Amino acid sequence: MSEYDVIIIGGGPAGLTAALYTARAGLKTLLLEKIAPGGQAAFAWTIENYPGFPEGIGGPELMERIHKQAEKYGLEIKSGEVVKVNLSSENKCSKREWEKIINTEKEEYKTTALIVATGTRPRKLEVPGEERLIGKGVSYCATCDGPLFKNRKVVVAGGGNTAVKEALFLSKFAEKITLIHRRDKLRAGKISEERAVSNPKIEFLWKSVVTEILGETEVKGVKVRNLDTGKDLTLEVKGVFVHVGSVPNSRFLKGVVEMDKEGFIITDENMETSVKGIYACGDVRKKLLRQVVTACGEGATAGFVAGQYVREWKDKTKR
Amino acid sequence: MEIVLNDGNFEEEVLNSELPVLVDFWAEWCAPCKMVAPAIEEISRKYAGRLKVGKLNVDKSPLTSAKYGIQSIPTFIIFKNGKVVGQAAGAMPRETLEAKIGEILNE
Repeated sequence: MSEYDVIIIGGGPAGLTAALYTARAGLKTLLLEKIAPGGQAAFAWTIENYPGFPEGIGGPELMERIHKQAEKYGLEIKSGEVVKVNLSSENKCSKREWEKIINTEKEEYKTTALIVATGTRPRKLEVPGEERLIGKGVSYCATCDGPLFKNRKVVVAGGGNTAVKEALFLSKFAEKITLIHRRDKLRAGKISEERAVSNPKIEFLWKSVVTEILGETEVKGVKVRNLDTGKDLTLEVKGVFVHVGSVPNSRFLKGVVEMDKEGFIITDENMETSVKGIYACGDVRKKLLRQVVTACGEGATAGFVAGQYVREWKDKTKR
Repeated sequence: MEIVLNDGNFEEEVLNSELPVLVDFWAEWCAPCKMVAPAIEEISRKYAGRLKVGKLNVDKSPLTSAKYGIQSIPTFIIFKNGKVVGQAAGAMPRETLEAKIGEILNE
């Protein structure tokens, strides 16, 4: 079994920044990533509020830079999805109290400190037709699939920051975008809201929800219900972009660390979870603001505190 | 090595291929496509002689993309004797893709 000082799960901005700090501090660090480093930030067309880039910077480019910077200091990255974390503290042997066993489907690793930076995934609408039509017109990433909908009519479900940004991105390609939102106003940043409202290609259906996605082998339309009147209408569209919030990737830690009822991990101000030596940072953490810049800040704190924990352990076991 | 597919060579390279073919539908602007690109390259090496691996740029080959109804990329389609025998969309771990390939090659 390979042993590490620090294992980081997740290669988005939080995980990579944590890795940058632990690797630079000379700790033997492994980062486990399901697909490839970058995280959801790599899907952002441009990031306009990451300090230091007054013209904005592309999500993939920013993540590539952070990735390179971490690797420069000797970070090791392996692919694998973590399925289980075991604390070995039930073995009362004093040294073992500090160890955590991390399992992916194929491998097992041992670590002193664990940093969880697994982020979130898009929440589904959970309406009939959605599952059947994923990849056939139903998408959770406009910046990934938007250009395939050139001169077509699409809907965006949701009215938060991501929904508004994705609608704006889609307006470069689609013929018309109908944004369907359950409230009577948007909940996005002021600049994005103003851009969306003044965009001639974007229309709004307020106080409405998508109740069904129509089509057998490809999206043909959506059924929309007005929450005030209870009336249904059908829109003929080719694409449905779903941006109705996100779900934390924390299931593998259920019963190990404390979470809120949605599954966001609860930490103190040092990013430490309810278990000593396990830290959480980035979108998976229970917090107010989910941005690249906050993820990086938390990653730095988690990396620093994890380093202190490892050193404490090394001192104790020397005695 | 992956081969470069387009509207012109698709029939010859994929539909008339003696080996099963994995086609990666992608585009320059697609971040998830870039994320899985190293995995696809690895697969092409690992399965050399058993599976042909091709990349088709959807922007440069609109006819083939339309024919297979590509509305999300990356989309992976596996062809055997000119027929679609497996299809999946979205970036995914290499292991997941290999599991699908394994099922098809063992048939």
